[in-house]
Amino acid sequence: MFSYCTDPQTLEGLAWMACYLTTGKHLLFYGSFFVVIGLMFVTVPCALAMGFAGALASRSQIAPLRWIGKSYSALVRGVPDIAFFLFVPLALDQGLEWLRLKIKCPDWDQPIRQGNDFVVCAAAKLPLSSAPQWQHEVYGIVLAIAAFSFVFGAFAAFVLSGAMNAVPRAQLETAEAYGMTRRQTTWRILVPQMWVYALPGLSNLWMILIKATPLLFILGVEDIVYWARELGGHKTGAYDYPHGDWRLWYFLALLVFYLSLTRVSEVILGRLSRRLSRGQATMAGEEMRRAA
Amino acid sequence: MKKLILTTAALALSAGMATAASHATTVRLGTEGAYPPYNYIDDNGEVAGFERELGDKLCELAELTCEWVTNDWDSIIPNLVSGNYDVIIAGMSITDERDQVIDFTQNYLPPATSAYMAMSDDVDLDSGVISAQTATIQAGYIAESGATLVEFATPDETIAAVKNGEADAVFADKDYLVPYVAESGGDLMFVGPDVPLGGGVGLGLRESDTELKGKLDAAIQVLKDDGSLNEMIVKWFGPDALTY
Repeated sequence: MFSYCTDPQTLEGLAWMACYLTTGKHLLFYGSFFVVIGLMFVTVPCALAMGFAGALASRSQIAPLRWIGKSYSALVRGVPDIAFFLFVPLALDQGLEWLRLKIKCPDWDQPIRQGNDFVVCAAAKLPLSSAPQWQHEVYGIVLAIAAFSFVFGAFAAFVLSGAMNAVPRAQLETAEAYGMTRRQTTWRILVPQMWVYALPGLSNLWMILIKATPLLFILGVEDIVYWARELGGHKTGAYDYPHGDWRLWYFLALLVFYLSLTRVSEVILGRLSRRLSRGQATMAGEEMRRAA
Repeated sequence: MKKLILTTAALALSAGMATAASHATTVRLGTEGAYPPYNYIDDNGEVAGFERELGDKLCELAELTCEWVTNDWDSIIPNLVSGNYDVIIAGMSITDERDQVIDFTQNYLPPATSAYMAMSDDVDLDSGVISAQTATIQAGYIAESGATLVEFATPDETIAAVKNGEADAVFADKDYLVPYVAESGGDLMFVGPDVPLGGGVGLGLRESDTELKGKLDAAIQVLKDDGSLNEMIVKWFGPDALTY
């Protein structure tokens, strides 16, 4: 990074530190913070969409749809998260490769399961093994987002269907009295009003999602926890910047990061809650009406 | 047949220099990246170490384009089997248990000596607390030795456990421990006898990948025959290391 970093062994004190903190490896560490934040911002809309679909399905008048909606949230909420974090990416990856096998290599005659191996033709690999490493990494992150969305979608479905039930019955009856169809009632009355009831549950989920991001490492994405552990470990003379066991400092940095993320989230969610309460028939909404 | 492969590989060596850029197949090499000097992530974030040099050399000989991938030690075999990469090159000793799940090439390091490292020389190795990395031959050995085994996911943590008193000694490949003993200024030392374990270190492959195995086996043989493998071993592990 700096011109004086060419020979780390001659450096001391601040200069050593400045060079140490700007090695290529540290830049990857800093980059991984954005990966984590980016992952959360992509996961939230996906999980909300899954949750919304799940909640609507569990209220549906069509029985099979209702069963799917209900069993989705019951199943995922009942099984340890980590099982799904390991299962969803693996199943998705193998499922997609199997589909590509059917399309790209129709005359493939070997079994896809040979003992422990999962074997598909080279053209069906996803991504292709000749693809550059960044494509593999992006693919890994996409699979991770799918797993996070699947798991958090189920919790969101439960929160949202609870929120739908919390909307005062009188509001829906009034809509029916005006001659709205069931669909119109749902989209015009129920959905706009449910958010304020859903927000406490959803903000709770957001906090859990922040804490769950280190699970990325299990899915093979090199996240901040991976780099903190890798950089903090004892470094012998094989490295340019040898040092003792510094994991404590790296994990302290992670602590600060996660705590500030939580604090910022609290502030934003607080504002959102005030905004959504405006004009609502809830205690908070009533208070705002009186104050005005 | 073997001779034929050998000759091809030897030819490839001479031709490889000229056509290094035009390799056809891409092979993904999976390593742990936390086990210096075998393999580690250097300060630029690149895979480095003995196995980096060896792997690049083997790929050149076998006319393969190679891509380096790092993976947690714990899941390094499952991810090979499910096809995330094609070769494990991570200081993995050849054992019967592993051989049932994956295939190995011939070894590129002679059977390793493992050693105990501790803070003092009076620790009880037979009934004390010994740390080792999860799913290694060393962990398997300690589990059967009667001592109390504590396992850690990374090799670095096994050493940290000795330093903070959680374990009495760490049991690992001696080549891995040597720099720690040398640089500790007398705090860390080898205790007890050296223990020879395993059938040497080899490349791990999927059992269905017989063609790739043949190519890599031949390339290793070339390096063994012309003595360059020995040079590499001495370069990374010091003049006392076992060679062929």
